[in-house]
Amino acid sequence: MAYDKFTVLTSTAVPMPIENVDTDQIIPARFLKATKREGFGDNLFRDWRYNGDDTPKQDFVLNNPIYSGKILVGGRNFGSGSSREHAAWAIYDYGFRCVVSSFFADIFKGNSINIGLLPVQVSPEFLDKIFKAIEADPKAELEVSLPEQTITILATGEKESFAINGYKKHNMMNGFDDIDYLQAMKSEIKTFAEESLY
Amino acid sequence: MSTPKSLFDKVWDSHVVRKIEDGPDVLFIDRHFIHEVTSPVAFLGLETRGINVLFPERTFATADHNTPTINQHLPVADPLSANQLKALETNTAKYGISHWGLGHAKNGIVHVVGPENGITQPGMTIVCGDSHTSTHGAFGAIAFGIGTSEVEMVLSSQCIMQPKPKKMRVTINGKLGAAVMPKDVTLYIISQLSAAGATGYFVEYAGEVFRNMSMEGRMTVCNMSIEMGARGGMIAPDETTFAYLKGRELAPKGEAWDKAVAYWKTLPTEEGATFDIEYTFDAADIEPQITYGTNPGLGTGISQNIPLANQVKDGEASYKKSLGYMGFTENEQIVGKPIDYVFLGSCTNGRIEDFRAFASIVKGRKKAANVTAWLVPGSHIVESQIKEEGILDILNDAGFELRQPGCSACLAMNDDKIPAGKYAVSTSNRNFEGRQGPGARTLLASPLVAAAAAVTGKVTDPRDLI
Repeated sequence: MAYDKFTVLTSTAVPMPIENVDTDQIIPARFLKATKREGFGDNLFRDWRYNGDDTPKQDFVLNNPIYSGKILVGGRNFGSGSSREHAAWAIYDYGFRCVVSSFFADIFKGNSINIGLLPVQVSPEFLDKIFKAIEADPKAELEVSLPEQTITILATGEKESFAINGYKKHNMMNGFDDIDYLQAMKSEIKTFAEESLY
Repeated sequence: MSTPKSLFDKVWDSHVVRKIEDGPDVLFIDRHFIHEVTSPVAFLGLETRGINVLFPERTFATADHNTPTINQHLPVADPLSANQLKALETNTAKYGISHWGLGHAKNGIVHVVGPENGITQPGMTIVCGDSHTSTHGAFGAIAFGIGTSEVEMVLSSQCIMQPKPKKMRVTINGKLGAAVMPKDVTLYIISQLSAAGATGYFVEYAGEVFRNMSMEGRMTVCNMSIEMGARGGMIAPDETTFAYLKGRELAPKGEAWDKAVAYWKTLPTEEGATFDIEYTFDAADIEPQITYGTNPGLGTGISQNIPLANQVKDGEASYKKSLGYMGFTENEQIVGKPIDYVFLGSCTNGRIEDFRAFASIVKGRKKAANVTAWLVPGSHIVESQIKEEGILDILNDAGFELRQPGCSACLAMNDDKIPAGKYAVSTSNRNFEGRQGPGARTLLASPLVAAAAAVTGKVTDPRDLI
């Protein structure tokens, strides 16, 4: 599925300093019943965001109008648990284009890159600096540069680089996905399959 | 002499179609399982792109996540669930993919039916849009969960693109104590490493404890690998593996069987092979386990008290949030806590051995009046075994009923939801907030601990009942 090309993103950020945010929190299982990829953002963090009677929980960060932006900043071990890509879809559909954490669960990280949501892994110290910057000024902007592989707190100029492999970086900057790549190597795959033991 | 290789390296390296410089490996996938929840958007993607399924005979579909566990002969009441089941039926028919839908004699949880029908074999690469695909690693296969974009990749090219993970080995020697089950072994490991302790790694389980374990037990252990963040877990194939597989419907037969076994015997990790990280534990340190928090790393021996914040790896704020959700406090005793629900089932503990264990405790006893118990076999084949072995009679005599196969209350996509605020002792794999229903409080445990809770109405050490 086509996604927005990612080059440089400058935006305010939404802070969520909670560890082990699992994909059941990001999108509970009962909202996985669709057969199309539409509207998952409405149920992003459903049970943290809404009461049982669908009224908003005032103390949850997405319901706090002082926080907004295209960058979600989460605590350590973000995206653990279920492999549901719906979690990445929900974050993307809500309007985020980048998630920052000191540590991501593997499957979530892979799913995010595959749909054009950039996971940026920073050191625990830098994550702390980001949270402090947002606490000091909810309108503090972050700049995420994929070509440079850096994330900068614009108010202070503090900067850290992040890792991404060259193949995935090229894909995200151009809006390509793995299926385009694999389709182009079909004959090689068929030859490989002929030798398969199973 | 060539460098000694690990089981993981042998299987991974033999499946690399292409290595991309500064990028992932293109990995060939031998077997692909799909279910109704994570496949529809992948099929939609194929249609949008106008591309086909490359090897339909390598994909197997079953309906499990979203299915009712009572009255399966009736139309599915929830229109959204019914729509997903219909989509799986339509998509598999369109592309010529095997489909064991609701009502089919082979239907059941994907990670139960794959092994029991011989689809899962040593040395394979296996993926499914479900994180508990790690279960199949019990056979010495590389098996892991993928997202829907990757489901589309496998359907269209039989490959995925992933960087090779690092390697971890967890070795446990010694003899397990009374009432200590494979579930306790895995909950113990996760409590020691934490819910993120194996992220970035593929785990091999080695040592006497795993060698002596049945295939069902090995599946329980590998299943939970993801709960410490691992991409997957695996155990070297041996005579136990071959004995389990021999004669199963889709396992090799005759000469092909002999040839396969000869190859499988070359797979185990060689002496001197190195791992990026190793952990060693002693079987004698493992007692029956139970979790008290909202991630699977927050578990402890059942006789212990809930740890203090400074005794766990989680940050203090997250730990307190977790205990607050559970309605527990630091340093409290867990044994004796009243409970409301018991769930026996899931891809973790929905196999015949789990029902045998549960029955061994409830035999001659009665279900506690305050407990609602949901006993859900992992497949129709497991359900038949329960009946044939007389286990159903034992369960019924003790006041329990058996439901029909499916994922059920493990993720509560269907109607099997634990109500808000209620406590459930569950043999499933996740105790996340709301996992078993909005506001539900989950204590993960083995089938023996679940049975002990079911007959006493509170958290009970099963060693007191055997």
